[in-house]
Amino acid sequence: MRPDWLGALCRIVWPRNRKVAVGLVILLVLVAVAVVGPVLISMLLGQHAGELHAGGSLEPPSGRHWLGTTTAGEDVLAQLVTGTRTSLLVGLTGGAISTGLAVLLGVISGYSTGKTGAALTAFVNIFLVIPGLPLLIIIASYTQGRGGWIMVAVIIGLTSWPGGARVKRAQTLSLRNRDFVQAARYAGESKVRTVLFELVPHLAPLIASTFLFAVVSSIAAEAGLTFIGAGNPTTISWGTMIFWAQTQGALLSGAWWWFVPPGLCIALVGTAAGLINFGVDELSDPRLRGRRAGGRRKARQVPAAVVEAA
Amino acid sequence: MTAAPLVAEAAEAILQAVGVTKRIPLHGRDRGRAVHALNGVDLTLRRGQILALVGESGSGKSTLARLLALGDTPTDGEIRFAGKQVRPGRRADRRAHFGRVQMVLQDPFSSLNNLHRVRYILSRPLRNFGRTSPAEIEGRILELLERVNLTPATDFIDKFPHELSGGQRQRIAIARALAAEPVVLLGDEPVSMLDVSIRLDILNLLAELRDRDGLAMLYITHDIASARYFADEISVMYAGHIVESGPAEQVTQEPKHPYTKLLLAASPNPDRLTVGTEAEDVDVDVDEKDLAEPPNLLAEPVGCPFAHRCPDAAPVCSATAPPTHSFAAGQLARCWLYDS
Repeated sequence: MRPDWLGALCRIVWPRNRKVAVGLVILLVLVAVAVVGPVLISMLLGQHAGELHAGGSLEPPSGRHWLGTTTAGEDVLAQLVTGTRTSLLVGLTGGAISTGLAVLLGVISGYSTGKTGAALTAFVNIFLVIPGLPLLIIIASYTQGRGGWIMVAVIIGLTSWPGGARVKRAQTLSLRNRDFVQAARYAGESKVRTVLFELVPHLAPLIASTFLFAVVSSIAAEAGLTFIGAGNPTTISWGTMIFWAQTQGALLSGAWWWFVPPGLCIALVGTAAGLINFGVDELSDPRLRGRRAGGRRKARQVPAAVVEAA
Repeated sequence: MTAAPLVAEAAEAILQAVGVTKRIPLHGRDRGRAVHALNGVDLTLRRGQILALVGESGSGKSTLARLLALGDTPTDGEIRFAGKQVRPGRRADRRAHFGRVQMVLQDPFSSLNNLHRVRYILSRPLRNFGRTSPAEIEGRILELLERVNLTPATDFIDKFPHELSGGQRQRIAIARALAAEPVVLLGDEPVSMLDVSIRLDILNLLAELRDRDGLAMLYITHDIASARYFADEISVMYAGHIVESGPAEQVTQEPKHPYTKLLLAASPNPDRLTVGTEAEDVDVDVDEKDLAEPPNLLAEPVGCPFAHRCPDAAPVCSATAPPTHSFAAGQLARCWLYDS
């Protein structure tokens, strides 16, 4: 018996929706860059992200330095590629922690009645009203860059879940009284199984979209933290690149090659997440999946056939 | 489909509600108050019999069914299975109860999770109640599908609910209930969401299951005409009280409680088309305005809950709770009219 989610995953991985395909391609390219990029750059171009005076100060893009150099003569392309790795790792880790907490606390506080539910809801509400960014800055300036990118990712994950938890809770509240949840109880299902197999699959699109945007906002939060100097400026990420570009006056000296690429990359991740989100609905709606299976052209014909039949 | 009343009395009582009361506390502005959903209700389901529970919306029919299925706990009174009290607080009791008493919900469009295939939906109770070994599950599912007339069963086993019609979905819901091999089947308006054309099919299917497996059945409905067709016994509910009960023919042909009379007068009945029969005269002298007022479920019940709508109301009706009067053939009515 093949689990349904596997089929759903296959259909998400091979999307027929063009928007989703574009989003996935952007994301996959970035992931590929993060994985093999630093090695490729050092092998093919002989550039290393941390190497000072690899070229002259603030050289514009050239055959040797495809994206120019910084004031210290570091290769911007090598930095961008290494930064992609750090930023994506921060994004994925922070996003995963944040989404995991949001689902856990949201679903439990929504599903359980009585004291447990009330206490959890109060807990979520308290964290919801604590302003996230100041908290993030306070904790980050306390750690002062210790622990590298993992610490940053954990801090971001631990401070960004309450909004998502509230949304999950609201959705769980509306799902828990549906007939099929009650029916699962009569069918002898345990509480845990009812939640995991009847309820959570209905939250899948919500969870997926929360995750996508948690990844993007973690990347942005990391960039923001380092930009204001609360991060660790010695790690190389998109955020630190923009931080150094700003402190070294790249904007004033017109060194666009230094700050535009990392900024563009952050925007690209956001765009990719937005595009992929279009396909997320199909996760929890077998009807949409069925239509996809027939291919695009056939899918367009379905409404016409329905009209004729009616 | 009418059973002789004598047989009805002889059959073994299997699931009983004894003096069951349910108060549902309110929140927000009405905090501290409660809806009096059920007030000391007695109900007995017998093996191989269909009991119809008839009443208007909000009369407590579904609440009673939910309590019988242990979907909720009564405020007072008890649920008995085969004479033994069932404690809803105990997990083991609950589990055993779910394996014996199953419920078919009203809306087949929301009672099936549209993310699961028929195979999964039917396999869960089979696994959970542990009466089928894992290797036999597929065979049992096909058998269940055939039992609810979804044939060829192999065509249905891998379908998603959205690929099925309302009637087919309700058959799946019935098959899921049967998968637990229950002795009692509770139907909470099992046909009211279905097309008129397939209602009879489903009712006949249920009657067939009763005849073949000797299931006890509770059939909740608004429709007293279908209750007469389908059930052996009818209980009429109003505002959380059972106001009349008895053999189906008796209750529909010679209703004793004024509310039952009104219900019957409101339903089309080909036997009653002739002009000037007594049933049609029932509500002649009733003021329409009085009839429009629904019962107040928030107030502590005093007297007869139907008093303010009753065409035959006397002063005593709204002051003191009416006694239960029994008639021939096991018919009971809770009304002051018959107090001599």
